[in-house]
Amino acid sequence: MSVAALARPTMRARISGPLASTLDFLRLLARKPLGLIGLIGVVFFVVLAFIVPFFVPYQDFVDVTAIYQPPSLAHPLGTDSSGRDVWNQIIHGGRDILTVGLIAGFFSTLIAVTFGSIAAVVGGKVDALISGAADFWLTIPHIPIIVLLGSILKFNSIFVIAGFLALLAWAGLLRQVRAQVLSLKERDYVEAARSLDLGLFHIIFKEILPNMRSYIVIHFILAMTSAIYGVAGLTILGLIPLSGQNWGLMLNFAYVRGALYFKDSLWYILSPVLAIVLFQLSLVWLVSALEDIFNPRLRSSG
Amino acid sequence: MTATTPADARLVTEVYRDSQYARGRRALVWMWDRPIARALTRALITVFLVTTLNFVLIRLMPGNAIDNYIAQIMNEQLLSYEDAAQQASGLFNLDLKKPIHEQYLTFLGDLVRGNLGHSMLSQGTTVASIIAAYLPWTLFTVGLGLLLSFSVGTFLGLIAAYRRNSPFDHIVSTFGSILSAIPNYITALVLVVILGTQLRLLPIAQMRGSSSPGIAPGFNLEYIADILFHAALPVAVYFLATVGHWLLSMKSATLATLEEDYVTAARARGLSDGRISTAYVGRNAVLPLVSQLAITAGLVVGGAFFIEVILVYPGIGLRLFKSIEQRDYTVMQGIVLLLTISVIVANIVADVLYARLDPRIGRAGGANG
Repeated sequence: MSVAALARPTMRARISGPLASTLDFLRLLARKPLGLIGLIGVVFFVVLAFIVPFFVPYQDFVDVTAIYQPPSLAHPLGTDSSGRDVWNQIIHGGRDILTVGLIAGFFSTLIAVTFGSIAAVVGGKVDALISGAADFWLTIPHIPIIVLLGSILKFNSIFVIAGFLALLAWAGLLRQVRAQVLSLKERDYVEAARSLDLGLFHIIFKEILPNMRSYIVIHFILAMTSAIYGVAGLTILGLIPLSGQNWGLMLNFAYVRGALYFKDSLWYILSPVLAIVLFQLSLVWLVSALEDIFNPRLRSSG
Repeated sequence: MTATTPADARLVTEVYRDSQYARGRRALVWMWDRPIARALTRALITVFLVTTLNFVLIRLMPGNAIDNYIAQIMNEQLLSYEDAAQQASGLFNLDLKKPIHEQYLTFLGDLVRGNLGHSMLSQGTTVASIIAAYLPWTLFTVGLGLLLSFSVGTFLGLIAAYRRNSPFDHIVSTFGSILSAIPNYITALVLVVILGTQLRLLPIAQMRGSSSPGIAPGFNLEYIADILFHAALPVAVYFLATVGHWLLSMKSATLATLEEDYVTAARARGLSDGRISTAYVGRNAVLPLVSQLAITAGLVVGGAFFIEVILVYPGIGLRLFKSIEQRDYTVMQGIVLLLTISVIVANIVADVLYARLDPRIGRAGGANG
């Protein structure tokens, strides 16, 4: 007993740096069951979308004798209108959706964090200009605008789509980053850096942003969910000329070919629906657990 | 006139105070201090920028709608370029012979007068009349759905906060977070597939449209029941998609309010629990949500797009989808402009409501959420 008690602090001391903080983080997360489920869900879908396809080859095998089969051992999620395996399509259909989410989330967070902190730190006219632009952007209905742009500009790669979704999503986050930086900038260590004349770049990236890491991660995930909402919805309605395999396209086929009204297509429709919903839900649960852990008082943002 | 004595000085200031210039200046400052004045200025700038974006996309982009249209009717109707351009000018409300900046000014001038041009496909129909025919249905369903979700959501949220950590709280909060994570178009798809196709509880095909054919519009029970029957699915989707958000927001707002000093003071004064929960806690917790309601209304009108297409409900979103499929650019830009204006109006309403409802917010207030 006493040995264990003695050994503990040294164990703690030996594991330091990122590993220790990860362990601490997991320990905190374990107390939030929904957050843990969320993390597991996110990891599951990331592995499913990016790693599993390397081991499970894409099957384009059409079998007209086995249309809309219910789940079986050979086809865990049944088959589609041409007898192709639905589970195989789910495996290969996550990559595009998740990639768009990740890229759009990354860029909208980047725009928001960079300009939000510049607005807050510099202040004055720069602040008025950036905040004004964000206010303007917030009052534009995003989905109609991207639909209008899409009909004129022809989105043909997932990177272009991700870019546009990122351009649409930065404004709300920018205002929150600005508010957060405004409060951080009064702290002593920022004052110290300022009096040492360390420059705007140093103050923002070395002093302020490291203290907002948790906040940025949370908003990155939220930006991801809204980008996935947009890209999946637009693909389902066939407004983005994406080809290949993705969950939205599966539903687009169901929608265009009237499979929605066909009783046997249940498994084919529910599979991508569940994939999208479970992934979004995992992200949301993970975020609300992160908010609880990092900032128990920030719960109100819901 | 320079002041030499204190009496002179007072005279000068009094004369100045009542001069027209000073009064005008004071009036301007007074107006600028109103939240409504700032909100309106912002709104005007936004509308201006969006219309400019519309103009640029349709007129100036390479391969833009007008050039395409001219080329198309030149081919189809074997017209000369001049004749085709003439026809396009009529449709797009632009005089293509004028220099671009004059075209732009005419375009803006027409918009101010509510002239959005004609539909490119159904010739002779104005865009404004198309919007007038479809918009009411969107406003009706979105309004009804949000009203229901707001009342049910805030009510459940208030109870969940009062019975914190009870089974009721856990069940309701978990359901709330699940519902708020599901994209609204997925909810629509699932409702159609489960209730319509699988269980055959709802006659999905009959529920399409805004009213049944053959029923004359009028203020009678039959007609009202019929439009409610057709609106049921979109309203249910808006309800399910937003109720979780209200529930969770109300719960956390109530929890925060319960810790306020005035609630403790009211308890100490021996007021009844019922009175505290309605007049003190409920009222204050719901305040920020009311202004959020206005903002959400604007956003949902924009997001009605997905829902109306999937459920084939003839609101403004379905019309936008049709105009995109048919490349009817004039209708498209008219609807996008209208949706922008509706979001802006919702934001202004939110600003004003927020300033009105919360006595703690002064004139300078009016933040979103």
